[in-house]
Amino acid sequence: MSFSWAKPYEPKHPVMRWIDERLPLPRVVYGAIGGGYPVPRNLNYWWNFGVLAGIFLTIQIVTGIVLAMHYTASTDGAFNSVNQLIMRDVNAGWLLRYAHMNGASFFFLVTYIHIFRGLYYGSYKAPRELVWMLGLVIYLLMMATGFMGYVLPWGQMSYWGAQVITGFFSAFPLVGEPIRIWLLGGYAPDQAALTRFFSLHYLLPFVIAGVVILHIWALHIPGSSNPTGVDVKSERDTLPFHPFYTAKDGWFAAAVLLFYALVTYYAPNYLGHPDNYIPANPLATPAHIVPEWYFWPFYAILRSFTVDFILPAKLWGVLAMFSSILLLFFLPWLDKSPVRSGSYRPVFKRFFWLLVIDVLILGYIGGAEINARNVALGQAAAAYYFLHFLVILPLVSKFETTLPLPNSISESVLHGEEAEAAPAGQTKTKRGGSVATTTAH
Amino acid sequence: MATKATSAEVNDTTGPEEGVRRRDFLNVAAVSFAGVGAVAAIAPLIVQMSPSADVLAMATTEVDISKIQPGQGIKTSWRKQPVFIRNLMPKEIAEANAVPLSDLRDPQTLAERTKPGKTNWLITLGVCTHLGCVPLGIGEGENRGPFGGYFCPCHGSAYDTAARIRQGPAPKNLTVPDYKFLSATTVQIG
Repeated sequence: MSFSWAKPYEPKHPVMRWIDERLPLPRVVYGAIGGGYPVPRNLNYWWNFGVLAGIFLTIQIVTGIVLAMHYTASTDGAFNSVNQLIMRDVNAGWLLRYAHMNGASFFFLVTYIHIFRGLYYGSYKAPRELVWMLGLVIYLLMMATGFMGYVLPWGQMSYWGAQVITGFFSAFPLVGEPIRIWLLGGYAPDQAALTRFFSLHYLLPFVIAGVVILHIWALHIPGSSNPTGVDVKSERDTLPFHPFYTAKDGWFAAAVLLFYALVTYYAPNYLGHPDNYIPANPLATPAHIVPEWYFWPFYAILRSFTVDFILPAKLWGVLAMFSSILLLFFLPWLDKSPVRSGSYRPVFKRFFWLLVIDVLILGYIGGAEINARNVALGQAAAAYYFLHFLVILPLVSKFETTLPLPNSISESVLHGEEAEAAPAGQTKTKRGGSVATTTAH
Repeated sequence: MATKATSAEVNDTTGPEEGVRRRDFLNVAAVSFAGVGAVAAIAPLIVQMSPSADVLAMATTEVDISKIQPGQGIKTSWRKQPVFIRNLMPKEIAEANAVPLSDLRDPQTLAERTKPGKTNWLITLGVCTHLGCVPLGIGEGENRGPFGGYFCPCHGSAYDTAARIRQGPAPKNLTVPDYKFLSATTVQIG
């Protein structure tokens, strides 16, 4: 699709030819994830996480559709349909439910790694701005889906999560409270809220799948980025997606799925909260209420505003939390450095790792108890998060002296050892296209 | 497309001084009609989300407060939301009255938050004005926070003995719902 040397689709089977002439779907698939998509040959393992996110989206959709066959979306029946019917009565229901619960955590985990890979290697830079922005849209949809799914078992954490998160909207003056009541269909989470969350929780994953297609489409226009950040210059720099990257993705997916299976089978509740095994009680909030781990950094930012300053502290917290994600949409224009990869940006690299530590601290604070030390630490970490993107990144991209870039991807990979890297029987590939061959020894 | 030729013809027959051409008018009118129809069709999709009449019905709750001793409180429910009813001790009333209004984020006196002659009866929603958790402090032995009133475990908002916000992220005092004393021992909320 993206490069002139991309192999065109040549159907081998007459049936495939028959289909391709009438609906060129096989051609599209071949060009997207088959031998017709040339990929830089130097991708490291950080480039495997996009495919992994796709795998976990598939797992979530498949297990979710099956769970929906047994789930009851009513305030009287939801808790029992999950904890009695699905967990005990439905054949293999416990496995499907645990797979769905932990699948959400793994989906977020691989997505976070995917996002930070993009941050380090400058994958958001021209010409891939739209790839980045569509990815952020997917992430926002994931957050909405994850939140609404967590409400469905109608346990204590479900209920109070719904109460707190819809409460974000009440922070906005005048329109906030009516919006909250409209979203909930009542004054507190109840039947109306539960049913609409179920409906949307079923819908949004398919919207995500649609945006994923746009994300990949936009990616395949310039082609995949790579660890050097240097553009692909010739066919020597690329390999066909299939079989090279399908094989690598396949092996890495197997490794990660093994880890996923370990957690699902041996520690299925490790990432959850015991309080969610208590049925929802609108009259008592759990003593230590926290969202799922993947929302902790944002929860810490929300909690770090304790004093009114022009606007109420509550509104500041909500605005800061929303803008912590929204500002990522402007990243391609905040970081103006022409060098993409953090490997060739010594100053940027240090600040990148500081950001990683900062987000980990925010995550820890978001899940921790509230005390004076944690609030102060959370405030410092939240302030640094914004400082990184709004001040440090623009300044670094302006003043940093970057390291010399390799001339091409193949040069950075081969270090002149072309003969060693060539396939057996080939010692040298000339630019002109003629291939000098020797007999294999 | 034939649009160009047709519009040119129309232009010729009606003349430039006519202003709005017939075809343009038909286009705008047709699209506007469809647009208004589409907007009207969205209305039921939006209003179905709002609380239905049974939820909106102004339910009232009558509460017997005769068993609540000074220093005690109870938690009851009104319109699916928790309500705190507390019988304040003289010490708590004195504490609340000793606070200068300038120290308060949402300035209100205890007298403004209670009924005349019944300043010991503090009736508020048990809904933190930050993000809607139920604060602790109404039950025996619960954490009442640094100001001796209520303490929200979710994000650390602390309320004083008059349930006024004193510390933490919540912007407002705990809401005082509409209520009246039907007798010395019965309160009607709502």
